[in-house]
Amino acid sequence: MSVELKVNGRAVTVDVEPRTTLLDCVRDELGLKGTHAGCEHGVCGACTVLLDGQPTRSCLMFAVQADGYEITTIEGVAPQAGELDVIQDAFCEAHGLQCGFCTSGMILAARSLLEREASPTVEDIREAISGNICRCTGYGQIIEAIQLAAERMRGQNAPASPSLSRTEAVR
Amino acid sequence: MRAFDYQRPESAEAATRAQSGAEARFIAGGTNLLDLMKLEIETPRTLIDISRLPLDGIAPTEAGGFSIGALVTNAALAADPSVRRLYPVLSRALLAGASGQLRNKATTGGNLLQRTRCYYFYNPATPCNKREPGSGCSAIGGHTRIHAILGTSPHCIATHPSDMAVAMMALEAEVEILGPDGQTRTIPLADLYRLPGDTPHIETSLAPGDLITAVILPPPPPGRQLYRKVRDRASYAFALVSVAAIIAMENGRISAARLAFGGLAPMPWRDREVEALLIGEAPSPALFAAAADRLLATARTEDGNAFKSPLARRTLASVLATACAGNS
Ligand SMILES: Cc1cc2nc3c(=O)[nH]c(=O)nc-3n(C[C@H](O)[C@H](O)[C@H](O)COP(=O)(O)OP(=O)(O)OC[C@H]3O[C@@H](n4cnc5c(N)ncnc54)[C@H](O)[C@@H]3O)c2cc1C
Ligand code: SF4
Ligand code: FES
Ligand code: FES
Repeated sequence: MSVELKVNGRAVTVDVEPRTTLLDCVRDELGLKGTHAGCEHGVCGACTVLLDGQPTRSCLMFAVQADGYEITTIEGVAPQAGELDVIQDAFCEAHGLQCGFCTSGMILAARSLLEREASPTVEDIREAISGNICRCTGYGQIIEAIQLAAERMRGQNAPASPSLSRTEAVR
Repeated sequence: MRAFDYQRPESAEAATRAQSGAEARFIAGGTNLLDLMKLEIETPRTLIDISRLPLDGIAPTEAGGFSIGALVTNAALAADPSVRRLYPVLSRALLAGASGQLRNKATTGGNLLQRTRCYYFYNPATPCNKREPGSGCSAIGGHTRIHAILGTSPHCIATHPSDMAVAMMALEAEVEILGPDGQTRTIPLADLYRLPGDTPHIETSLAPGDLITAVILPPPPPGRQLYRKVRDRASYAFALVSVAAIIAMENGRISAARLAFGGLAPMPWRDREVEALLIGEAPSPALFAAAADRLLATARTEDGNAFKSPLARRTLASVLATACAGNS
């Protein structure tokens, strides 16, 4: 069956059997291996992609059901090749990853959270990643990474503060 | 996974006609069905995608209640302002289930019809009367931590895993069904489910082609609404025991009581005798113990799930104490 998908802003047509999951399609047909296959039963969250900005388990959806959605995988997050986006960068800096298996899913879950909530509480962050399992970090540093990313994104979006310009004037 | 034809009909009527052929299944959020298809426990030849039908609205009814489209997601239903205000037991039950990401996909109709989490049902290498009628029940005499103690039969002791359905049972919800003949009928939620008896593979009263189009909530009953779920982990686990309670008090006595239980039975469990025993009485530990005695009078346990009797007893007492305290 031929399906038109929109993945990371690009329109692609794939020819898949109806029984192909979105996860297998993204990895094997599109070669986007950053979306990880973990449990493949909806439990672990390693396969998370964004559908119209909402984190979704790509192992529990058929590719033939995904037309008409904006699909974002971890490969679509960085501004350009060789760069990291704010959340990816914060994960590196705060040691929010060890083996990295859960990380694509964690980052996409975090991105969805930070798009709707600029100043999430620790509770909000816990809730946002509660469907994503990490076997390495114990979650503490993932939460710190998301807090750090939130702080930096707020900084980016804030207007230049008057107190800062005053200091500059003094200098 | 077995190969199948994929169809996406344009209307609910077309969907019911497409499904009335044998070995066809509707797919809504897919969070349960797709998983069972991977294991080849479900092997439809035709998959009818209903996920884009316009059944995703929540609307007030003339009776003063709400009609919830079958495709309203568990996330949208839990977050709806009217639901949160008027039916907090439902909102809490939904938020106690699965994870945010799954709730974004899982639908109202799919949640009602999700299948049991019995380990043996999921393991095609073991006998299971639900999966393969007549093959036997591996749970009886096996691992039964998650299994039922009420409403079971010698053929199956599986539980219905939904949290949402337990709250809807206490709210006396009705299910609106569109049949392949184009007729719509409405039945009480309690009549949607069937106890296992000697046909545990038949779980509902739906006929082939029947599409759930909506769940109708009557106006909210008087009283305080509570949902308590006891599980092995604080998040992201199915209920061992859950209780939905709606309790009203007048002059220090219980004037109205509705109780539904999850984790204990093959369907969301309601026992009117337990409710009748509470009404007109002043709350006390002795009363709550008598209610638990009545609830558990017909319980049949295995070694692995015997703990559910005392757990249900304590949970019920605690929920009733909370629901009655300062509520008059
Ligand atoms: C890891 C995990 C944890 C979970 N934890 C919980 C939990 O704690 N509590 C809880 O309650 N649930 C839990 N769930 C289950 C989840 O709530 C269900 O999988 C979900 O509600 C099913 O809805 P769906 O729309 O995805 O159904 P689908 O998978 O699409 O369908 C399920 C069944 O319903 C049928 N169906 C769907 N819609 C209709 C309709 N409108 N008319 C007729 N038939 C229909 C389908 O044919 C299929 O047989 C969990 C699931 C997972 C994967
Ligand atoms: S309890 Fe029911 S579902 Fe589980 S093995 Fe026995 S028959 Fe199968
Ligand atoms: S691979 Fe999809 S949830 Fe684990
Ligand atoms: S970093 Fe290894 S699973 Fe999370």
